Amino acid sequence: MVFEGDAIMSLKPSSFALTVGPLLFNWSADEFSDFYARIADEAPVDRVTIGEIVCSKRTPFYADRIPAAIERLQRGGKQVVLSSLAMVTLEREKRGARELFDQDLLEVEINDLTLMNWVKPEMAFSIGPLVNVYNEATLAYLARQGARRFCLPPELPFASVEVLAAAAAASGAEIELWAYGRIPLAISGRCTHARVHGLSKDSCQFVCAKDADGLAVRTLDGANFLAVNGVQTLSHISGALIGDLDRLARAGVTSLRLSPHTGDFIGVTRAFAEVASGALSAKEGLARLRQSAPEAAFSNGFLFGDCGAAALHER
Amino acid sequence: MENARLIPRFPAAGAAALRFAPLTPLSMAGARLVKNLGLRHPSLFARLGDLAEKTFLIDPTDLPFVFRLEPQPDAPRLEAFRRDDAGRWDARIAGPLAALLGMVHGVYDGDALFFSRDMLIEGDTEAVLALRNAIDNEEIDLAAEAAALFGPLEFLASGPARRLAALIGGLSGVALTRAERERPA
Amino acid sequence: MSAPHKLELVCPAGTPAAFRAAIDAGAHAIYCGFNDETNARNFPGLNFSRAELAESIKYAHRRGAKVLIAINTFPRAGALTLWRNAVDDASRLGADAVILADIGLLDYASGAHPSLRLHLSVQAAAANADAIAFYARSFGVRRVVLPRVLTVQEIAAINRAIEVETEVFIFGGLCVMAEGRCSLSSYATGKSPNMNGACSPASHVEYREEGGELVSRLGGFAINSVGAGEAAPYPTLCKGCFEAGDYRGHVFEDPSSLDAASLIPQLAEAGVTALKIEGRQRSRAYTEAVVRSFRKALDAHAAGRPIPAGELRGLTEGQQTTSGAYRKTWR
Repeated sequence: MVFEGDAIMSLKPSSFALTVGPLLFNWSADEFSDFYARIADEAPVDRVTIGEIVCSKRTPFYADRIPAAIERLQRGGKQVVLSSLAMVTLEREKRGARELFDQDLLEVEINDLTLMNWVKPEMAFSIGPLVNVYNEATLAYLARQGARRFCLPPELPFASVEVLAAAAAASGAEIELWAYGRIPLAISGRCTHARVHGLSKDSCQFVCAKDADGLAVRTLDGANFLAVNGVQTLSHISGALIGDLDRLARAGVTSLRLSPHTGDFIGVTRAFAEVASGALSAKEGLARLRQSAPEAAFSNGFLFGDCGAAALHER
Repeated sequence: MENARLIPRFPAAGAAALRFAPLTPLSMAGARLVKNLGLRHPSLFARLGDLAEKTFLIDPTDLPFVFRLEPQPDAPRLEAFRRDDAGRWDARIAGPLAALLGMVHGVYDGDALFFSRDMLIEGDTEAVLALRNAIDNEEIDLAAEAAALFGPLEFLASGPARRLAALIGGLSGVALTRAERERPA
Repeated sequence: MSAPHKLELVCPAGTPAAFRAAIDAGAHAIYCGFNDETNARNFPGLNFSRAELAESIKYAHRRGAKVLIAINTFPRAGALTLWRNAVDDASRLGADAVILADIGLLDYASGAHPSLRLHLSVQAAAANADAIAFYARSFGVRRVVLPRVLTVQEIAAINRAIEVETEVFIFGGLCVMAEGRCSLSSYATGKSPNMNGACSPASHVEYREEGGELVSRLGGFAINSVGAGEAAPYPTLCKGCFEAGDYRGHVFEDPSSLDAASLIPQLAEAGVTALKIEGRQRSRAYTEAVVRSFRKALDAHAAGRPIPAGELRGLTEGQQTTSGAYRKTWR
């Protein structure tokens, strides 16, 4: 894609909106409430996507905490977006997904194309990273149906992002990228978390709650590889695009998704906000991420490397 | 399709008899065979694409020698070597002679041979896969290829080849020719 | 119940030879793809040139069989022409349907070729009646290949709620993850089923004997290690052996293949139109054996006779079979 000369080169990447993605993990109701209270009060983010995306069996544990969390986030000046489930199969999951459209105050993030059967152009909705938007034709189609923002699939290479950002601009839509956190790689009908504990999905005993950032999967020779989160498989590495904001801005990316983890997540949001505003250099920002999440291994491999697991490509 | 578990092994006595057989006639036959194969089956090379530049070691584990295959379209080569003299290769396909011949002739499925460990692959897996797929599509019949080349009698008259063919023919279940399908009425 | 309805047997072909073998063994329909990244089995040495496909379609049509062209990867941004040309050529060559997954490509095909029959690929992962209704209403999709995450009961419920045909997998390799929604392969290798048409591509696979074990590596990650007597697994990432907590073994899925032959009557009852055999990457010997066996099973079912017991175990990954998600216990 085109870099339109020096005028754009000198543009500060301060135009990024920051989005907190939906919590992927099975945290307790109290942890859930505390997390969103702190995001509401302390995190310099523009938007927060809230609601279960991985497993509908988890919802009952914290469903009654969601209204208060939304209220507090709105009081904190954040736009709240409702997340839909990644894979809708059961009747009750379908009902739950459909009910997201029973309100018209909050935008809905579509993570399963099932929901496209119910949208109408006047509804506010966006497309999440688990929907297959790989090219400009698909993006344009969904934008014509009313999609306002696209958080792109994390496996896309940068060349595709450039084309899609141009297409989004032409359609009046925004492009968001997965900028921080373990990357969702797969979703299954089977629960891997239950399986490794010798249980089935139906009698899972909610063992996924034991691993607040996912259960590490290592190769037989001990290399860190993946992380299991119920029916979802994540990368071991944590996506980290904090060093790439200038080229993302040039490509036309306007929003960054930060995916919740334990540790100093508020620190993560601050690091991104300060690099985006120019207050911190990319290098300093990366150092801050390392302080905030000392255990994490960072990568931007899907965008800029040979593969998603590639070591962080620093410039 | 045949059950991969029942693959016959080349008898040890026969293999021992071949241990000291000169390999030159076998290499010469191989060279002419593969050259002719290229003329009769041009799409085989088209399917290999760039991977035709690779060197394959075809290793019949129940025989005392191996074949080096270089399937470059311009100058394809197939040469026989003692196992220790085979030199550099990109990909090795190893298994009993009957498995290797059966795969070429469409009697055995390559993946099934691999799952059952009757066949071992090493090195450039992509090249092996391409070769397997390309050969599978050609419906090759090595006996017919040899006949087209030398005439059946001439081929069988060459020394080691004659001993080899006689030994193989003595084994039940070896696919010396292509498997024929039943066609629906 | 009424007399069993006739099920269509949809069979794979990775080469013209396998194509003919499948037709001769009794396939009602063949699915296959072009030799490029437009199809989800973009493997070295596999698939069809335009000329090969033209000839193969004639071979099938002369024998009363249909040909379905899989163009079921997700077109690369900025390179739509390659995929659109594939749809145009499939239509021009007389394909009976194209199997698509991408919304943009479905939109193109329904606009440019209104009379071309569209099937929704399993890669679209349409797992419920509403998702299917979206594709049927928006693009005129006539048949949906259902993802391998559903039980027979769920399939029956879907068929009661939709107006288009469904096709389900009956035999072959089994994805444990929702198809078309998996980036495990590109995480380890940079190549993915969605973008490149290859899962765990052979170019990134390495087998090595290490201390008496056969070790397989994908993109440098050790994904399996088996002893001398054990069946070798497909080098597919999700079938690998790993450690997770105290668990050491097949974290995601055992190296087994789907064999749902025994469920043919139930799938017919559930309203399924077509049964699909996986394996475009397999040899013509495999294709011939599996197609013949399943055609026998379908004929037995249509005549009200019992389904013959499975005889194909030796052909499967890990030489073990499972009925997969069709039974709820799999989850």
